[in-house]
Amino acid sequence: MVTEAAPSAPQVTRAVPRVASVRRARRRRMRRAAWNVVGLAVFVVVVFPVFWMVSTAFKPDNEIHSLTPTWFPTSPTLQHFRDAMARPYFWDTVKNSLIVVGVVVVLSVVVAFLAAVGLAKYRFTGNKLFVVLVIGILMLPQAGLVIPLYVVLAKYHLTNHLLGLVFTHLVILLPFAVWTLRGFIMGIPKELEEAAMVDGSSRLGAFTRILLPLVAPGLVATSVFVFITSWNEYIFANVILTDQANQTLTVWLSYFYGTSRATDWGGLMAASTLTAIPVVIFFLLVQRKIAFGLTAGAVKA
Amino acid sequence: MTVAAEATAHRSRRRPRSKRIAQASVPYLLILPVVVVITAILGYPLYKLVVLSFQQYGLAELIQAATSGAPAPWVGFDNYSSVLHDEVFWQVLLRTVIFTVANVALTIGLGTLIAFLLIRVSTWVRVPLTAALVLAWSMPAVVAVQIWLWMTNFENGVLNYVLTELHVGDYTGHDWYGSTFSKLAMVTLLIVWGAIPFVTITVYAGLAQVPRELVEAAEIDGAGPVRVFRDVTFPILKPIFLILTSLSIIWDFGVFTQPYLLIGSSAVDTTNYLMGVYVFIEGYAHSDFGRGAAISLLMLLIISVLSVFYVRRMVKMGEAS
Repeated sequence: MVTEAAPSAPQVTRAVPRVASVRRARRRRMRRAAWNVVGLAVFVVVVFPVFWMVSTAFKPDNEIHSLTPTWFPTSPTLQHFRDAMARPYFWDTVKNSLIVVGVVVVLSVVVAFLAAVGLAKYRFTGNKLFVVLVIGILMLPQAGLVIPLYVVLAKYHLTNHLLGLVFTHLVILLPFAVWTLRGFIMGIPKELEEAAMVDGSSRLGAFTRILLPLVAPGLVATSVFVFITSWNEYIFANVILTDQANQTLTVWLSYFYGTSRATDWGGLMAASTLTAIPVVIFFLLVQRKIAFGLTAGAVKA
Repeated sequence: MTVAAEATAHRSRRRPRSKRIAQASVPYLLILPVVVVITAILGYPLYKLVVLSFQQYGLAELIQAATSGAPAPWVGFDNYSSVLHDEVFWQVLLRTVIFTVANVALTIGLGTLIAFLLIRVSTWVRVPLTAALVLAWSMPAVVAVQIWLWMTNFENGVLNYVLTELHVGDYTGHDWYGSTFSKLAMVTLLIVWGAIPFVTITVYAGLAQVPRELVEAAEIDGAGPVRVFRDVTFPILKPIFLILTSLSIIWDFGVFTQPYLLIGSSAVDTTNYLMGVYVFIEGYAHSDFGRGAAISLLMLLIISVLSVFYVRRMVKMGEAS
């Protein structure tokens, strides 16, 4: 390929623009290749911790404890998963987590949906105050709320009781659910509902036949995020539920490390994988829908 | 169409008053359940928090309250003056501020760089990289802590192995939890790793809205990538950056799960407390609820001040849309 162009020589002048453009295209390709290498390096760093958890979970103990680690399990085993599930209180805490999450999802989404409709569809005095209340609570640090919630729940004998945790999760998650659902409802064109009402539908009829089906994906996405947050929540679950048999899965996992002097890393990683699986599956389903709720409207499309 | 609209308007004007009042109360009835739940479960504890901060309230008082309901003794501003005269409080505050600045700067800085990387790479790199970011984002905090404990373990943690292999130095058997700085650096790594995806994906989505012509025009005028960012891209993305930064500040200032579990409940002490851990240990773990309440209120006060910007912004946007 010609790389040297001599502009002074008359016979190559016509070829100069082509050579230059070829050269530019090549430089662009080189630059893209360099960025791709950087991109792959970042990919490796970002994905590695998750990969390492799963990889360790399938490795036999001698591979885990070897001083030169093997990147992939050479003889994969399910033993750690069996061990983790056989540990005391695993199934109890799974059951508790599911109960708390189930009740919290149903209650918070139903109650928040009503408020979200009120906020999105009506103008009323005090609606600004309500919005400030909702977003303000979203910002409260959980560590700062541990003491008052614990003291009040203890007074009403709700500590060490799943109901106490359900109440707490409701408070954290209601504002979030109201805010995201409001966004979903406002995304539905008003004209659709109005058209139904002009055609003789009642307000309630328009609501159930037009609004509800359109907002269903939003309801699903919000439910999933409530599910994830409640499932992951640690500080209140740790404080409110004191008996091991009453705890949730995240608290159970947090006690896994350090139960014996030599930590069972394979078991810990298998247990971590088990805890993360439902979250990851659900998260992948709805990430696109919710990610922008907290920054919604920052840039106008 | 217009006739029908007029007819409905006319009809509504003739509606009896009782019906109009019923109509006006609909939004209030809709938000009522949320207000009731929040007031009952959060309002009362918050009121109680203020009361507690003026009381001497320990384990004895807690048991008393649950059995006989006898009130705890009042101590005036003793809890507050005890906290404000405690050197530890000011040390923790300073440490938390530095920690927050470092974490927010790293999260926003690296997150933005990766967002710019995403537009420059080929699709076959972008797709797995985005998937990796979403995967990291979805990891529960407690799970991420366990992974970190394993990777940074001094005996056969992979971090020591990789650093030694890369000839960064001899890290065989290196204890990453030996000094305060090292402990908090590990917590920072964990938090930044978990927080970058949110920043990257939000900025990346924002970048799609920067008009291409503007960037190209600036490039033709001879602006380098840094100038293009400073004078074209950043001003357009500024609202996004402001929101991401204020959210990150609020989250990092009050962080609890990562430092508490990674440093370890038996190793957290006055030399490595962050605000969230401090309030938890002093108030709850030591069962000094009165003093803990005073610290909680001070912490809530700081966070409220930090949140004002974000809340105002969101309310304004809520009105605009």
